[in-house]
Amino acid sequence: MQTSAEGYLCTMALVQFRPEGFYVPAADVYIDPWRKVERAIITHGHADHSRWGHGSYVCSALSEPIIRHRLGKIKLNSYDYGDTFSVRGVKFSLIPAGHIVGSAQVRIEHKGEVWVISGDYKVEDDGISGAFEPVPCHTFISECTFGLPVYNWLPQKQVLSEINAWWRENQENGVTSVLTAYSLGKAQRLLAGLDTDIGPIFTHGAIEEMTQVIRRSGLSLPATRQLTDDVRKADLPLALVLTPPGATGTAWMRRFKKVSIASASGWMQLRGTRRRGSLDRGFVLSDHADWDGLNLAIQATGAENVYVTHGYTHVFARWLKSKGINAGVVETQFSNDGNEASDQLVSS
Amino acid sequence: MKRFAALVQALDETTKTNAKVSALATYFMTAPDRDKLWTIALLSHRRPRRTIKTSLMREWAAELAEVPLWLFEESYHVVGDLAETIALVLPKPSRESDTSLADWLALIQSWREKEDVVKKEEICHAWTSLNHRERFVFNKLITGGFRLGVSQKLMTRALAKATEIDESILAHRLMGDWSPQSTTFEELILSENPADALSKPYPFYLAYALDASLESLDPPGDWQAERKWDGIRGQVIKRAGSLFIWSRGEELMTDRFPELHAMAETLPDGVVVDGELLPYKEGRPMTFQHLQTRIGRKKVTKTILEKVPVVLVAYDLLEYGGADIRAKPLSERRSLLEDIVKKANVPSLLISELVPFGNWGVLTQERENSREHASEGIMLKRKDSPYLVGRKRGAWWKWKIDPLVIDAVMIYAQQGHGRRANLFTDYTFAVWSGDQLVPFAKAYSGLTDAEFQEITTFVRRNTLDRFGPVRSVKPHLVFEIAFEGIQASKRHKSGVALRFPRMSRWRKDKHPKEANTLEDLNAILALYG
Repeated sequence: MQTSAEGYLCTMALVQFRPEGFYVPAADVYIDPWRKVERAIITHGHADHSRWGHGSYVCSALSEPIIRHRLGKIKLNSYDYGDTFSVRGVKFSLIPAGHIVGSAQVRIEHKGEVWVISGDYKVEDDGISGAFEPVPCHTFISECTFGLPVYNWLPQKQVLSEINAWWRENQENGVTSVLTAYSLGKAQRLLAGLDTDIGPIFTHGAIEEMTQVIRRSGLSLPATRQLTDDVRKADLPLALVLTPPGATGTAWMRRFKKVSIASASGWMQLRGTRRRGSLDRGFVLSDHADWDGLNLAIQATGAENVYVTHGYTHVFARWLKSKGINAGVVETQFSNDGNEASDQLVSS
Repeated sequence: MKRFAALVQALDETTKTNAKVSALATYFMTAPDRDKLWTIALLSHRRPRRTIKTSLMREWAAELAEVPLWLFEESYHVVGDLAETIALVLPKPSRESDTSLADWLALIQSWREKEDVVKKEEICHAWTSLNHRERFVFNKLITGGFRLGVSQKLMTRALAKATEIDESILAHRLMGDWSPQSTTFEELILSENPADALSKPYPFYLAYALDASLESLDPPGDWQAERKWDGIRGQVIKRAGSLFIWSRGEELMTDRFPELHAMAETLPDGVVVDGELLPYKEGRPMTFQHLQTRIGRKKVTKTILEKVPVVLVAYDLLEYGGADIRAKPLSERRSLLEDIVKKANVPSLLISELVPFGNWGVLTQERENSREHASEGIMLKRKDSPYLVGRKRGAWWKWKIDPLVIDAVMIYAQQGHGRRANLFTDYTFAVWSGDQLVPFAKAYSGLTDAEFQEITTFVRRNTLDRFGPVRSVKPHLVFEIAFEGIQASKRHKSGVALRFPRMSRWRKDKHPKEANTLEDLNAILALYG
């Protein structure tokens, strides 16, 4: 594990970077640990952040159904956004991160010092994941999945209207629209933005299951139907089918006669990624902050020290340093390495 | 430009050939003639020379985007394409533009004569008046290489669809030495007798690799066999007293081969000979590396002419007495060709000797002997075959010898470009010399996308050091490297240079210690170098 920033991280730091993950020694608590620990605070329900086997879990109220669904019988406490809870005198609160439903940043305060661990976040309010709130702090640990100036997103509205237009055009040509999206997060964001007047929305089992879990937490999403053998073949060319990226290469796809396959992901920004996936269309829609978003968020925290994790960390840290911010890189095991393979595990 | 940018996007968005042809055909039916002509030129490798240094483009784009140059360069490493990187980092446009494709290209051409300050002002003005997609296209017009998955053949098919002119007629019309400045759409494509027909070559007929059993070609008597040579495929044209030499890449190379000019005196008028431009000395072909020392240079000196003399090994006759004889059977064309070569009687024009064989067993033996003849293998052609256009199956086959192979350890990796940006696809390989690994070859082809993906994950987890875009990795993965030839080289640390190295197999079964050694490599050099 790397602790650059001019030896700032001594044993007295509020947050330490340990082989298990981010550790708050004063509270004996880990945040998003990747090895088994006694007490864990979890930023959001994606598999690389909420892992199986910890003694006890804390997460946001909106994350609770998701994490319980994924991890089964666990000891879990949840808090609403903004509520403060104390562990051994250290004050914690969960702040909306805008990444997926229930995602949170973790604010940690002890003896007047404030750290914020961002988890994954995006700055644009997508309408279902809560609006990202910048929190003033001394030290900010930020993701930087898309920390390069070539990653700038168009407003969600514009991308969704492109997707709807693609669906409409396919429908006119008798072609089924298959859109790949991670089953937790992106799938629901798309559902909320698709124009249901166009036609029926069918889902792959993995997406249907997760969407039902999220509906239970109170979010209202358009009607979907799991794509089983009962669905009439004649309905397929009218429909949009949501499926996880992994399903496109499988026998599951054989049911479609004429099909247009698209993906909605931040990685679609690059022509090389779009072409390599042999996709018909690539829509640039990410649940992570773009270049401007990362810079705005970091600036808004007013943090003197910034640690960057998963993404183009070395480049982004150098950029922050050139802006006069004391920046360092923390190597984590969050599975995000800038490629589509990891896309299947992590949202994008 | 909007129409052309939309075309590029449509071509980019589909992998289906029919969709590409139909997008192109629609474009050819609707675009203005000047734009169409440029589009044809761009899609037939007639992109004009670059008029601006890419280093300046990087600098100006970074400045306009307000990012430091190092950050621009880092982004470029990730994107893998300069035109795209620039299009992505620039701020949103501040206005729109209706300038046509042809006019943008005229502006880009005009930069040849202009000072850098003027170029900068004009390119920045263009960047701020084009949207993201148009910018990408505009940058590509400057830097070249669209890689749209549109071959000249596919473009010709679309043009045939749009103009209702036969595809092979169009292919012929599109050949030769024209540029959008020297002709018009009307003159080049639509008119019956183009004025510059004198130098015009025929489209080459290319063979696929033999993928069936020899027995399936029975009877052997229907076939003619020749040696396959490793030079440059070319056509020599003699019409109205003038000689023209074309390469398969459709480059007019007459001036590069003065030793062939003697043919102008002795070849009859109205003939076109298809053959191989081959470096040849003391009755024996030299290697392709030798030929490269010839093609690279504009000025052909006396020294180089003596060092690497070139001949044309004649394969076929396409035109005779001014008439196109491509439809005649090969046996007829061949006897005319033999006659012409004999009568021409110049040392730089050789006939491609037939390899006699009574049965497939004999031919199999002959193929085994290929390396002794400095040849790449055998060409099989049906004696009754016409001379077709492009790569076709059935009547012509190439039957290459198996490549040389060596097992090597991957020690460096670099990200690819374009379609392979973001993947580590370019590797450096090493063999053992004692307990040291000596790099000897680079390769970036031969694996599947899934394998590249797997190796990319390995590279990310096993990086030892970074040197700009290059990573040194733990010497752990072993690959079988196939190559066509080997030569001693002073420029390489290992002392050898390979011809066309590629990864033929990922040897997951091999421990790095089991890879070959420098001694093994030198043994191959001693045998075949």
